[in-house]
Amino acid sequence: MVDISANFLGIKSPNPFWLASAPPTDKEYNVRRAFEAGWGGVVWKTLGEAGPPIVNVNGPRYGAIWGADRRLLGLNNIELITDRPLEVNLREIKQVKRDYSDRAMIVSIMVPCEEKAWKTILPLVEDTGADGIELNFGCPHGMSERGMGAAVGQVPEYIEMVTKWCKETTRMPVIVKLTPNISDIRYPARAAKAGGADAVSLINTVSSITSVNLDDFSPEPSIDGKGSHGGYCGPAVKPIALNLVAEIARDAETAGLPISGIGGISTWRDAAEFLALGCGNVQVCTAAMTYGFRIVQEMEAGLKQWMDEKGHATLDDVIGRAVPNVTDWQYLNLNYVAKAKIDQDACIKCGRCFAACEDTSHQAISMVGPDGERRFEVMDDECVACNLCVNVCPVENCITMERMETGAVDPRTGQTVTEEYGNWTTHPNNPGAVAAE
Amino acid sequence: MRPSQLTSGIAAGRLDKDTLAENFSDLHAPFTAHEAAVEADRCYFCYDAPCMTACPTSIDIPMFIRQISAGMPEAAAKTIFDQNILGGMCARVCPTETLCEEVCVRETAEGEPVEIGRLQRFATDVAMATPQPFARAASTGKTVGVVGAGPAGLACAHRLAMHGHDVVIYDARPKGGGLNEYGIAAYKTVDGFAQAEVDWLMGIGGITLEAGTGLGAELSLDDLATKHDAVFLGLGLGGVRKLGLGLGATSAVDFIADLRQAADLTSLEVGRNVVVVGGGMTAVDAAVQSKLLGAENVTIVYRRGKDAMAASGFEQDLAAQKGVTIRHWAQPIGSTPDGMEFEYTTQGDNGLEGTGETFTLPADQVLAAIGQTLNPLDGLDHADGKITVKPGGATSRKGVWAGGDCASGGDDLTVTAVAEGRDAAEDIHNSLMEG
Ligand SMILES: Cc1cc2nc3c(=O)[nH]c(=O)nc-3n(C[C@H](O)[C@H](O)[C@H](O)COP(=O)(O)OP(=O)(O)OC[C@H]3O[C@@H](n4cnc5c(N)ncnc54)[C@H](O)[C@@H]3O)c2cc1C
Ligand SMILES: Cc1cc2nc3c(=O)[nH]c(=O)nc-3n(C[C@H](O)[C@H](O)[C@H](O)COP(=O)(O)O)c2cc1C
Ligand code: SF4
Repeated sequence: MVDISANFLGIKSPNPFWLASAPPTDKEYNVRRAFEAGWGGVVWKTLGEAGPPIVNVNGPRYGAIWGADRRLLGLNNIELITDRPLEVNLREIKQVKRDYSDRAMIVSIMVPCEEKAWKTILPLVEDTGADGIELNFGCPHGMSERGMGAAVGQVPEYIEMVTKWCKETTRMPVIVKLTPNISDIRYPARAAKAGGADAVSLINTVSSITSVNLDDFSPEPSIDGKGSHGGYCGPAVKPIALNLVAEIARDAETAGLPISGIGGISTWRDAAEFLALGCGNVQVCTAAMTYGFRIVQEMEAGLKQWMDEKGHATLDDVIGRAVPNVTDWQYLNLNYVAKAKIDQDACIKCGRCFAACEDTSHQAISMVGPDGERRFEVMDDECVACNLCVNVCPVENCITMERMETGAVDPRTGQTVTEEYGNWTTHPNNPGAVAAE
Repeated sequence: MRPSQLTSGIAAGRLDKDTLAENFSDLHAPFTAHEAAVEADRCYFCYDAPCMTACPTSIDIPMFIRQISAGMPEAAAKTIFDQNILGGMCARVCPTETLCEEVCVRETAEGEPVEIGRLQRFATDVAMATPQPFARAASTGKTVGVVGAGPAGLACAHRLAMHGHDVVIYDARPKGGGLNEYGIAAYKTVDGFAQAEVDWLMGIGGITLEAGTGLGAELSLDDLATKHDAVFLGLGLGGVRKLGLGLGATSAVDFIADLRQAADLTSLEVGRNVVVVGGGMTAVDAAVQSKLLGAENVTIVYRRGKDAMAASGFEQDLAAQKGVTIRHWAQPIGSTPDGMEFEYTTQGDNGLEGTGETFTLPADQVLAAIGQTLNPLDGLDHADGKITVKPGGATSRKGVWAGGDCASGGDDLTVTAVAEGRDAAEDIHNSLMEG
């Protein structure tokens, strides 16, 4: 029997699927429905200081890009942290946690970068019975202009400082949520660790403008003819998030620091990939905002089935399994030689591979068969195995990359394929190569 | 009492006005903008696209679909009209299932081609709400006489006008459009589209239509050759083959022409039991429209098998779906008091043979759809009953070109007629500018 229950920093949840801090977790009503649907935990929508509530725009706060049939691929928002009074949120958190004690309840917090502000709010949060806190150092819009959110997340020293304040003040585990809007994610992660963070979570949204209105030249979403950069999330940001997660997982200084993975997770498969790159659990926002809470049932069933098929009994058998395989380019095996191969039975003869290879790649596909028929075939003596044809082919598994066997001669280079591993560091064309003994 | 479907003999008004209006409404509803966007998104923008090769007018289909996707239906329509100025009608009447859509790679991939015809209609409908988009070149001072205002003649005239020539179209009928106006099934071109398209196309200027002026009647080919610098013949096929045997059959083409011209469908007569003889598009159209007019039983009888029928699989299915019965391997041999008598046929060593076995079908109305013919023209070479043309449409007589159904080669389709008319215009233009 597969067990997908998660234990993240000692916080237990029946599955590793949490809802990220965002509109789905903004109030009791939503969170109860989410728990009923099966979500393992939530990170409550970010709380701010007591006092006059936050004010949001009264026009559109989301923008989007779409794929086929308006499938939502990327969402952008200019929403701020919760705009409901602090006391109301705290009261609701307490009630929900009491009723769903088996679910993880994390409270996201963002207050000004002053020790007093943090030390004032923490006891109030602790009093709700929440399992942990997440420090929102990621929000790229609005709050960052006030010196909070990403404005803190972009300065490692601030991260370390605020994290320390929190660790000194509360017994609750502290998760530091990182912004991707930075050139090297390892610095903020190291700072969080230095500050004593129990974990990091990432990514928050990517700074973005989704579109420009070509009638009135306003960026969109448009508020009275003007637009402001927002935060981008959804399927489009997943590759960015995976890379940033992997960077932290394989950095010697932060290796082993628990990670909560976020960014474009829409299906069980996405979740499994984040786990494999070292995340102890995952958080979801856009997919829930697009399809509603019920998607967690697909995620749960899918993850279980895959683990069962692969013989992984618990999440620990999966977490971090791909991390050792993430390496630097210079260590990739240059003696690995592949060629594209087109399955003629599966080919529908659209010619997209031809257009791609002929116009923009290596002129390695021919389009006329022996009897003058429309037939697309790879010419091994030209193919560099770039994979572009595979990526543009509309039929899944029609074009595959086939590894050449040891001893075979690559007709493009005339060289015999060897079994030996050889990378750039020792390559003869590398001026800095370490001479082979 | 108002006649019903069960009223014996031939009668008008078997169905009420509303039912008839419903029956003769658009066969394929136009796409909404959303539907068009979803469908356009299915196009793979193939390289050297098979659909484009299959289109007799070689419309750049992937490009126009991409333009729809990118929110520019007007630009998409321009791409279509560049190749096919009757792209609006073709979108409605082309048997796409045997042309572009048959070879769509989506058909190969999942048995559902991109609905190219309906996308083409979407784009052209948007664009045809505004004047035709082409400008005329500076006047060449040359004039061309075009005979026949069908698809071939219209496409030829428009292209010639674009090149700066002045065109006079002569047509024996009172209205332009050719079979678009008199032949195509009513449910393929609703709301007077055929005339609207003629008017829109002529909006380029430099084209006059002299309706009611027939070659052979009011005009001779020599007259035309004297009057004009070049002549294009797009006469179509004016004659119809007749069922001998004294069966009292009407021509299906005439039946359809009457239907297309009827101001009030309740005034059209149709039999309770209708028999249509033939196996092509005309047979199917006549049968389906008889059924839609309220005939109780409509049977198409074709003397060969299903595969030999000129009507496409889609057309045959349409007939079946509308309740028309299709019987294969039988030919008419005479009439009896009970109706029409048929003999079964078989493919013998020396062609089709009767088997001697017979059956009788009740028949209040018999429609013959066994082919149209061209009445040969003096002074021109003919082959297989059509005017012989070279590529580009030149006939055996200098200064005279021909295209469409009346000319040799090509299928008898609207889109083929457009292609031939257009190509002849280019050939005429080159010849006029050289000389
Ligand atoms: C019932 C029916 C249904 C059809 N359905 C379809 C369909 O769904 N899809 C499709 O692609 N094709 C269809 N076709 C075929 C298509 O209509 C023809 O291929 C096409 O119209 C040919 O165009 P054309 O310009 O050559 O001739 P026509 O459209 O026949 O036009 C010829 C014109 O010349 C005029 N003319 C004839 N003789 C003279 C003369 N002596 N002097 C002056 N003018 C003259 C006629 O009045 C007519 O206007 C159908 C045909 C029929 C009969
Ligand atoms: C409308 C909206 C509001 C958000 N508000 C917050 C917030 O208050 N605090 C926070 O930490 N993250 C916030 N986020 C970021 C999400 O928690 C998450 O990090 C991001 O959307 C990436 O995940 P996804 O691709 O699954 O959406 C918000 C996202 C959206 C779309
Ligand atoms: S892998 Fe690259 S080079 Fe090889 S055939 Fe495909 S597109 Fe061309």
